Formats: sequence, C-alpha cells, structure tokens
Amino acid sequence: MIPSFLSDRKALLEGTTTLLALVQRSLDAIDATNDEVNALIDVYREESLSEAKRIQAKVDKGEAGPLAGAIFSIKDLFAHKNHRLQSASKILDTFTSVYDATVVERILAADGLILGRANQDEFGMGSSNEYSVYGPCKHPEDYQRVPGGSSGGSAASIAAGYCNLSLGSDTGGSVRQPAAFCGIVGLKPSYGRISRYGLAAYASSLDTVGCFGATVEDVAACIEVIAGQDVHDMTTLSTEVPSYLQELQDRDSTTKSLRFGINPSWFSEGLDPEIKHQIEWILDGLKEQGHEVKEIAMPAQSASLSTYYILATAEASSNLARYDGIHAGYRSAQSEGAKLEDVYTLSRSEGFGPEVKRRILLGTYVLSKGYYDAYYGKAQKVRRLIQREYEEAFQQVDAMILPTTPTTAFKAGEKVDDPLSMYLNDIYTLAANLSGITAMSVPIGRHSNGMPIGIQIQTPVSDELGCFQVGTLIENLSSKEKQ
Amino acid sequence: MSVTLEDVHYIAKLARLSLTEQEATQAQQDLNKILSYMDELNQIDTSSVEPLEHVFDFETRLRPDTPEAPVPHEDALRNAPDADSDYFRVPKVIE
Repeated sequence: MIPSFLSDRKALLEGTTTLLALVQRSLDAIDATNDEVNALIDVYREESLSEAKRIQAKVDKGEAGPLAGAIFSIKDLFAHKNHRLQSASKILDTFTSVYDATVVERILAADGLILGRANQDEFGMGSSNEYSVYGPCKHPEDYQRVPGGSSGGSAASIAAGYCNLSLGSDTGGSVRQPAAFCGIVGLKPSYGRISRYGLAAYASSLDTVGCFGATVEDVAACIEVIAGQDVHDMTTLSTEVPSYLQELQDRDSTTKSLRFGINPSWFSEGLDPEIKHQIEWILDGLKEQGHEVKEIAMPAQSASLSTYYILATAEASSNLARYDGIHAGYRSAQSEGAKLEDVYTLSRSEGFGPEVKRRILLGTYVLSKGYYDAYYGKAQKVRRLIQREYEEAFQQVDAMILPTTPTTAFKAGEKVDDPLSMYLNDIYTLAANLSGITAMSVPIGRHSNGMPIGIQIQTPVSDELGCFQVGTLIENLSSKEKQ
Repeated sequence: MSVTLEDVHYIAKLARLSLTEQEATQAQQDLNKILSYMDELNQIDTSSVEPLEHVFDFETRLRPDTPEAPVPHEDALRNAPDADSDYFRVPKVIE
C-alpha cells in the first residue's frame, strides 16, 4: 500500500496517529527493503525523530503548517543545509550544502519533514537510475527491473513505502517517466513555476523542480506550498499560485465539459499495445462523461528527441564546466605536483561517469566552431516550432492526453550500453520541457507483465490547476475500472 | 557529417576530459550514431523561424537593493579540496 500524504495528514490531525508513528512506519519499511531497492542513499534517522517530536508539538497545539504529516525524500540534486549533495556523482564526493534550496526552505517552513536523500542518475542524466555512483536503484516491485530515471530513487521511495512525498527534477521526463514506471503521480510544473535556486543545474532552459505523490491531490498539496516567485531565481513566474486543493474541491461538483486533444502519431509505432489500449479506455470513459476528444496533428513533435538532446547536452556541457577540482568536491589524487590544467582534466575525467561524459562531449561538439549553426542553431529553431504547435493546440483544447512512456518498466541492463535506445524512452516527455508547459503522469492500471502504466496529461503554461483537475477525473475513472 | 577520432580528441580537450583510446573509439561510435539520428532535423524547414532561446519572455524585475547576509567566507571554502583560511589553493601557475 503506497502511503498517501493527505490520508496520513488527516489521521495526524484527527489524532488517530502521531508523526512519530508515521516516521517509524517509514523507518521500518526502509529497514525491510532499502538495502536491496537502494532508493535512499542517506536516511536522517535521529534528525527525523527529533523533527517529528517538534512538529507533533505544533500539531497538538493546533499550529501545524500545511505540510505537517508529509515525509519527504529529496533527490540528490537539492541543496539542504548541512546535508550532503552529490548529484550521484563522484565529482561531488564529500560535498555538503551550505544553504537551503528555496524549495527545501519552503518545505521545512511548512512543517514538512525531510527523511532522506534519494538515489538518481548522475546529474539527472539517464532514464533508468543505473548511472549512479551509489549503484543502481531497483524497481520496488521487481528487482530485475528499473524504477525509471533520472529521479528513480524519488519515485521508488514512495512506491516502496519509505515516504509519502518526494522532490525530483524533470528536464526531459525525469519525474513523469519514473512516476509511470512505479505507479504513482508525478508532476512537471511549467517552466519557472517553482524556483530552481539550490537545484544543481543540468540544462537550465529545461530544468524544472517536480513532485511525486500517491495521488493527484497529494501532489497538489505540495505544489501549493513550494510554487511561486522567488527573488533568487529570476526565471520564476510572477503568476499567482492558487489554492489548488480548495479549487479542486470547489470544482468537483460543477465539472464543466472539457476538450481533450490527442496527436494520432503518438499512438502509432513504438507504443506498447496494452498501454495504447488502456489510454483508449480512459479516453472512451472521458467521452462517456460528456467530454470531447479531438485529434490534432502535431508533426514537429516527432523531432523532440533530436532537438532535446542537442539543446540539453549543449547546456550541460556549459553548466558542468564549473566542476574543476578546485572549488568544491573531488580532486584527483594524481593532482599532486600537476599543472593547473591537468588538475582540471584529471579530476573531471575521474569524477564524471560514462553518461555524463558522453553528454558533455556531445554538447561540446554541437557548440563547437563549424557545427554550431547546423546543430545548436537548428535545434533552437525547431524548438520554436514545437512550442508553437502546443500554443495552437491549446487554443482548441484544454489538455492534451498521451502516453508517458512507450513501454512499462524495462529490465536492468537492457539499454545501459545503447544510449540511443535509452534516449528513445523519453520520446513522449521531452516536448513538454522544450515548450515550458505543464505535464503530469497519473497511474492507470497495470500491464499483463504486472507493471504499472502511466498516462500523461499536458496543459498550458501556468495551468497546473487544469492538470490536477484532469488528473483527478482520470484517477476516478481508473479506480472505477478496478472495482 | 561524421565524427573522426581526431574530432573526439579535440572536443575532449575543449571539455577538459581525457579519454583512453578505447573510450575515444567508443565515444566516436556513440556520437556518430546519435548525430546521424539527429540529421532528421535537416528535413524540417526552419527558413522563416527565429531561434527560441527562452520559453517565455522574461520581464526584468527589480528588487529593493537591501543587503542580505552572504554565505560566510568559511562556508564558501568548506567544500574546497584544498584551501587555506582565505583562499582556494591551486597549483603554481606562474613559472
């Protein structure tokens, strides 16, 4: 049973459980399986127990903040003062944060409890959580399979019952894809909706902070607290953050008829037929409820993968230039007596893993003299076409519906030596990052192989509320099927 | 366009990475496979399209110029592989 934040919070506020009991439940689950699953790479036991007492005292006085009852894991990319941050990379070996990320600060101020640090692909680069200096994270339901990535540890830590909310980051699908693989909800908010201050950068024009939870409402409750403008991140949107939970409850009784769009090419070759069938079942259900479903051709979408991997690796090659063996983290042991230039090269060559090096090389290549216009410049133009298609689509429909992933959770080792086939796993998630729009994965039942299936909902920039609203509609449809 | 081994060593040098011959050959294969897939972009007509650099136009926001406590000096040096009480330490750069 996957723990739900809002159910836990209700029990806590009604006095039928205590925060100490909830933390103990988490620690018991961790002790039972984390050695094998490897979702959490750091568990703050003592701190969690003392924090639980402190927050419980506030609950008892009726002064609990909006995230009291939340037990978080956070991806290894977030600054959390006096706690380790390693981006699952040797290059940040021994690094300890000296300040809190804005999202961490907001969680703590709202009485959320941070239980531990979650495994991930190094610097957020990967789709299976196999590229980690801490070793792979495994799917909690089948240790032969991957939990997805890059925020694999975040998703697995909820699916395995270690916590009831988790922070991840989504640059090309790194929240939605593991959410789909692990059978939970994962939101990639609009670009700029949530501050990136204190998030280790991968590709800054695409990076977003995302959240995982058991239900759409659990995620909405978290986003309500962490979203919004931040003076430390000039890319944050000034749009007001609504009270999502209140709005969801208010709208429940008066749900108007919605218009959904599907791009037919998303449902053609390469998609697992059972995933296709399950999504069509949901679309039929929506039609029966009086909603409209229409086809919208979006031809530029098929270029998402190429566009993304040019732009993301270019940005990564620049962002990761800061890891030099001088300012923070790992310095090669062979640096003694070496020239400065060699300290950089030795430390970086020993400190970065294979996928990170591959992306730095690709990014450096597409930015290099003679190739810049052919690759980087071209990709920036196609990016505009992809974004334009969404702008036009959202003039006709309220939300786009598509798969989150072409397959369910795959076997470990299956794609790790074939970068292109790993990248193809992100085919449905990349365009949302390229366009800056809102997107969320919601579980809709299971494949005959036993693994969960996710559906993806996409709504316009700043329309997280619309995304949550559609998400709850689909959750209800999906739970009806189970009965 | 096809990436040569020389290209791989050149970009590795730009990126301050050193590769063994085996790593360089592997990188060459990977890059060529990925880049030939990316050639699909050439089939898209972008002759009248402006490049997109940011997903939205950001307004320049001003904030009051009030000083905030910066990260303390010792904290800034805390994670350095080598530092003295005031500075990051690097190998001698002047012969």
